[in-house]
Amino acid sequence: MIDFIVHRFVHALFLLLLISVVVFVVIDLPPGDYLTSRAAELERQGSQNAELQLRGLRERYGLDRPLYVRYWLWVSNFVQGDFGESFEYQRPVKDLIGDSLLLTVVMSVLTLIMSWAIAIPIGVYSATHKYSLLDQLFTGISFFGLAIPGFLLALILMVISVYVFGVPIGGLFSAGMDKQPWGIPKVLDLLKHIWIPVLLVGLSGTAELIRIMRGNLLDILNQQYVQSAHARGLSAQVVTWKHGVRMAINPLISLIGLQLPSILSGSIIISIVLSLPTTGPLLYRALRVQDMYFAGSFLMLLSMMLLIGNFLADVALAWVDPRITYR
Amino acid sequence: MSAAMGNPNDSSEYPVPTNAPDGQDWVSLSQGQLIWRRFKRSRIALVGGVVLLAFYLSAIFADFLAPYEISTRFTNQIYAPPTPPRFLDSESIFHSQPFIYKMKQTINRATLEIAYAPDFSKRYPLRFFVKGDPYKLLGIISSDIHLFGTGEKDVPVFVLGSDRQGRDMLTRVLVGSQVSLTLGLIGVAIGLILGSLLGVVSGYFGGPVDDLVQRFAELLLVIPQIPLWMALAAILPVTWSSLQVYFGITIILSLLTWGSLARQIRGKTLAMREEGYVLAAHAAGASHWWIITRHLLPNNASHIIVVATLAIPYMILGETALSFLGLGIRAPMTSWGVLLEEAQNVQTLIFHPWLVIPAILVILTVLGFNFVGDGLRDAVDPYSR
Repeated sequence: MIDFIVHRFVHALFLLLLISVVVFVVIDLPPGDYLTSRAAELERQGSQNAELQLRGLRERYGLDRPLYVRYWLWVSNFVQGDFGESFEYQRPVKDLIGDSLLLTVVMSVLTLIMSWAIAIPIGVYSATHKYSLLDQLFTGISFFGLAIPGFLLALILMVISVYVFGVPIGGLFSAGMDKQPWGIPKVLDLLKHIWIPVLLVGLSGTAELIRIMRGNLLDILNQQYVQSAHARGLSAQVVTWKHGVRMAINPLISLIGLQLPSILSGSIIISIVLSLPTTGPLLYRALRVQDMYFAGSFLMLLSMMLLIGNFLADVALAWVDPRITYR
Repeated sequence: MSAAMGNPNDSSEYPVPTNAPDGQDWVSLSQGQLIWRRFKRSRIALVGGVVLLAFYLSAIFADFLAPYEISTRFTNQIYAPPTPPRFLDSESIFHSQPFIYKMKQTINRATLEIAYAPDFSKRYPLRFFVKGDPYKLLGIISSDIHLFGTGEKDVPVFVLGSDRQGRDMLTRVLVGSQVSLTLGLIGVAIGLILGSLLGVVSGYFGGPVDDLVQRFAELLLVIPQIPLWMALAAILPVTWSSLQVYFGITIILSLLTWGSLARQIRGKTLAMREEGYVLAAHAAGASHWWIITRHLLPNNASHIIVVATLAIPYMILGETALSFLGLGIRAPMTSWGVLLEEAQNVQTLIFHPWLVIPAILVILTVLGFNFVGDGLRDAVDPYSR
C-alpha cells in the first residue's frame, strides 16, 4: 500500500512538472502581454526611476535571458510561494487570490458530494426499475442535462429569479457579509447561497454519473452470483445494495479523478456568468487583458488542486477495492 | 463488459434470412449493412440522425436559405420581435400566399424602450426565390437569389426577430451554424487522427513509447480544460483574421481532446496485440506500419467512430462556451456561441427572449449527436441484441 501511494505520488509530481511547462508556455507565448508592454513603456520613458524599475523586472522575470532560465526563475519562485505580480492591479498575485481559491475548492468538493448523493440513488432506482416511468423520466432529464450548456442554465435561472423575486440571484454571500472575517455566521451564509451554483455546476456531471451507475448496476444484476443470491432467498434490498451496488460503485471511484476537471471547468464558467467571487471571474479578467502571470498562477494552482484530488481518488480506490494491485 | 462475452457462433450475430432473392434461402450482408440494420432499430437515434442531417444541409445552403447577409443592418428595426409569416390578415381573411405586415417602431420617450406594432394598412407578400444581397454559396457559386423575402428594401422579414444592430436573427443563426457545426467535425477529425494513431502505436509497441504517450494523454485529462482553452484562446494574436482564429480555436479544442480517445484505443489495441491474426501477420513478415494500418486501425474503426460521434457535441459545447465568453470566434464570422454572447445580460434576455434561440439549436445538436452516438454504440457491437 505504501509502495502504491509513493508510486502515485511520484507520478503526480511528474505530471505537475509537465503541467508547469505547458502553463509557462501559455505565460510566455503571447507577444502583446502586459509584462512586455510594460517593459517597453519603461524603456521609452528612460528616466532614472523607470530605468531602476526596468532592471528590477528584468532580474525578477529574466526578460533578456534564454527561455529555460525564465522558466526556472518562474518555477523556483512559484515553489517558494512567489507567484509573480499582476501587472493590471500592480500587486503581487498572492494577495489577489485571497479567498477565491478556497471558495473554488469548497464549491468543487460540494458539487462532487452533491452529484454523488443525487446520482447514486437515482442510478440504483433506474437500474432496479428498468424502463419504468420514472426511469425513463430520469434518462430523459440526464440526456438533457448533458446537452444544455451550464452557462445557459445559469442565465435562465437568473431570468427566472428576476421574474419571481425581482432581483437576479448571484453572489455567494448576502450583502455586506463578503467583507466580514470568516466565522460561523459567514459559513452559514455561504451555505445558504452556494447550493444554487453547486446544482448548476453539478448537473452535467450528475447526469453522466446516473447513466454510468445505471449501466454498471444493470450489468452486475445480470451476473450469476446475484441470481444465486436471490435463489438463496436473500431479500431484494440486500441483494441490490450488498451484492450489486458495492460492485457497481467501484469503477465510479476511479472516475472522480476525471470528474474533478470538468467540475472545475464548469464552476469557472458559471462563476463568470453569476459573477461569484471564485477564481473564475479573476482568471477570465486576467486572460482578457493578457495579464499572463496572474492567469498562469491560477492555471497552475487549479491544476495542482486537480492533481491532489486525483491522488486522493487513486488512494481511495486502492483502499476500497482489494483487487487493485499495488505496483 | 463481461456481458458481451457470448458464444461467437450465437445465431443472433447473423441475419435471419428475409426476402432472399431468386429462391435462395440466405442473404449475405456486409458489415455496414448489419450495422445499419441494428441502428435502424433505435427510433430515437434515427430521429437524432434526421435532425442532424437537416441541420447540416441547412448549414451548407445557409446563404441561400437566409433572407439576408449576416452584416445587413436595418438600423430602424433593432430588437424587432420575431414575425412569423401570416396567412390570415387583420380581418381574418385567408390568403394563400404568406405575407407580413410592416412593423412600426415606437420609442417610449421616458424609458427609451422600443416597441413594435404591425401596420395593418398594407400586406407585403413573401416571395420565393427573390433577389437580395449577393453571396457566394460555399464560397464558389455567386448568386443573389434567396429562398424567400419581401423583395422590398425597407420592409424586412424577421422570422426569428432582429438583434441589437437590426440584423436578421434567422440569417445569423443559419450562417453561424456553419461555424458551430463544422468546428466540431474538423476538430474531432484532427483529434481522431492524433488519438487513434497515437493510441494504436502506444498500445502496440508498449514500453517507453507507451509510457510517453500515456503520460501526455493523462496530462490532457487532468488539466482543467476550460481554463486552459480560455488561456490558449486568449493568446491567439489580435491581428489574426477571423478565419485564422476559427482554425486556431479548432486546433486548440482538438489538441486537448485526443487524450481520452488515445487511452481508449490503447486499451483495445493492447488486448488485440496478442490475437492470432496479429501474431500471424508478424510471422508472415508484415511490417509494423502494415499491421497498424491494415489490422489494428480497421479493427478499432467501429469503436473509433462511436467515440468520435460522442466527442463532437463536447467540442460544440466548448466552442459555444468560449465564444460566449468573447474568447472564441471573432467578427465578422459568427457562431451560435457568438450570438449567445449578446444574450449574456439578464435584462436583454428578459426584453428580447428570442436572442436565446441559438442555445436551443446548440442543445438540439448536442442531443442529436448523443442519440446517434448511443445508437451507433449499440449497432457496432455485434453481440448486442
